[in-house]
Amino acid sequence: MKRFLLIGTTIAGLLAGSASAWSADKILNASYDVARELFADVNKGYIAAHPGVTIDQSHAGTSKQARAIVEGLEADVVTFNQITDIDFLVKNGFVSDDWQNDFANKSSPFYSLPSFLVRAGNPKGIKDWNDLVRDDVKVIFPNPKTSGNARYTYLAATAYAKEAFNNDPAKVAEFVTKIFDNVPVFDTGGRASTTTFVEREIGDVLITFESETTGIRKEFGEDKFESVTPSVSLLAEFPVAIVDKVVDKRDSREFAKSYLDFLYTPEGQKIAAEHGNRVNDEAVAAEFKDKFPEIRLVTVEDVFGGWPKVQEEHFASGGLLDQIFGER
Amino acid sequence: MAATRSKKPPRVGDHPIFRLGLLAAVLVLTALVVVAPLVVIGVQAFSAGADVFVATITDADTRHAIFLTVATALIAVPINTVFGVAAAWAITKFDFTGKRLLLIVIEIPFSISPIVAGVAYLFVYGLQGVFGPALEAAEIKVLFALPGIVLASMFVTAPFVARELIPLMQAQGRDLEEAATSLGASGWRTFFSVTLPNVRWALLYGVVLCNARVMGEFGAVSVVSGNIRGQTNTLPLHVELLYHDYQTAGAFAAASILALLAVVTLFAKVLLERQGAGRAGRPALAAPQTIKTETLT
Repeated sequence: MKRFLLIGTTIAGLLAGSASAWSADKILNASYDVARELFADVNKGYIAAHPGVTIDQSHAGTSKQARAIVEGLEADVVTFNQITDIDFLVKNGFVSDDWQNDFANKSSPFYSLPSFLVRAGNPKGIKDWNDLVRDDVKVIFPNPKTSGNARYTYLAATAYAKEAFNNDPAKVAEFVTKIFDNVPVFDTGGRASTTTFVEREIGDVLITFESETTGIRKEFGEDKFESVTPSVSLLAEFPVAIVDKVVDKRDSREFAKSYLDFLYTPEGQKIAAEHGNRVNDEAVAAEFKDKFPEIRLVTVEDVFGGWPKVQEEHFASGGLLDQIFGER
Repeated sequence: MAATRSKKPPRVGDHPIFRLGLLAAVLVLTALVVVAPLVVIGVQAFSAGADVFVATITDADTRHAIFLTVATALIAVPINTVFGVAAAWAITKFDFTGKRLLLIVIEIPFSISPIVAGVAYLFVYGLQGVFGPALEAAEIKVLFALPGIVLASMFVTAPFVARELIPLMQAQGRDLEEAATSLGASGWRTFFSVTLPNVRWALLYGVVLCNARVMGEFGAVSVVSGNIRGQTNTLPLHVELLYHDYQTAGAFAAASILALLAVVTLFAKVLLERQGAGRAGRPALAAPQTIKTETLT
């Protein structure tokens, strides 16, 4: 072991020169796992407007990214798909606690929602959440214990049921349990569920973020699948933040801010929309309105009283999710 | 064949049906478990056309991933080779207290899941870890940079060379080394002229295994790499990234490069063995070689 350490530090020493030579014409954006193409285009657009700068990209699950940043991954900005993972950075002092005031729309430049993808022609006639409890419908989404994507699905279904059954907890639980009973296989992540639905051809409807359904149809055939937008769904924000501890150290705050501001410009909004995300810019939203059918969105704050409460009531060990999941 | 068989009494497993069955089982299993996935990688890599394949492997990020994977192997494999030879030599040719313990410690990476190794490195070198703050103060980056990737790869593959050498060197015993020493050879001379030539094929095999594992390592590297495209994304991580991005053809194209690297390593091994065998086959050298193999068995 001593040998390892010695060699390790020697190599590290040799590389230290190059590694510490950061300058503010370069930032690192730590992002979620399926955003590679989106940010490839965003960065192309940004660099065209600001020649001579470099934006490095890191992609992985955002919980892993948050942990890596706390352990020393020097990301200047984070572009996540989970607010709770930015909260983790706040708790560890890497991001200021009023980060949601730094940029418009609570620092969420674009958004999405759990939506449906069905096979061509929609043979089972699936239109809304109440179709998912039918005995003849098989539903595919990942395991909510391991996948953030599926947690949104669980919350969206719960939000629908709360409205439909006037907040009757027993009826809500029964409704959501029925949906879970219709899931033949719980994969660990969104990508694995896509494989189950698309390549193994299991199930009648895949529930995932609307932004994902665009990519799935592009890769596996626009004519093989159809997007179905339910009557109501849950707002899924894509929060962005400046990592204060890193930008202060590297003196890159201005660059980081200008980069995240770019996501709110018409050009940035257009790129986000092209990749299947809904945007707030009215002109751009109007341009893409055929792609994004009207839907009523509820928020975690309105229906569930915020993420900390959701965590405590639903996702904590022994919580409502466990009770429903355990009954299976 | 039939004549030879009829002379001897039949042994267990000598029946043709048994032999054919065994052979068929091996062939079918090999086809299903080894050949089929390799063929699928090749076919899928070109499924979207040769232009997608070329576009993927000429992409700057893919090229960097290939470079990084090869660079990691070029650093980690030689270090682990020296370490493995030294460890095997110490354990088999000398007696010292703590020998058994050393043997167990060397094997630990075999029994630990790579992801655990990665997380352990995070807790040792991470900002919240043991050495993290000191490294940060000295502006030395270990995690989320090349050193971290090399360290994690080295940890996972540390036992490979030693584990290949130790059983062979134990079987060979110390007679030849003792003879060499009694004839006045120095320690270095004994090692390079007696010990090393006797184990060279096992060593080569260990190096090949080690190299294949370094290039293919995913779990441990995934934790400490930081996944920065074009900087700390190794080829296996790049395959995952492309796959997550619904770039199936691209993911398989990158995977085929990974498979190709492994095949090149194997060919290098076969080529080296051939050359070695050719030299050994010459009459002048044949005699001492036979003596050595006899000692071996």
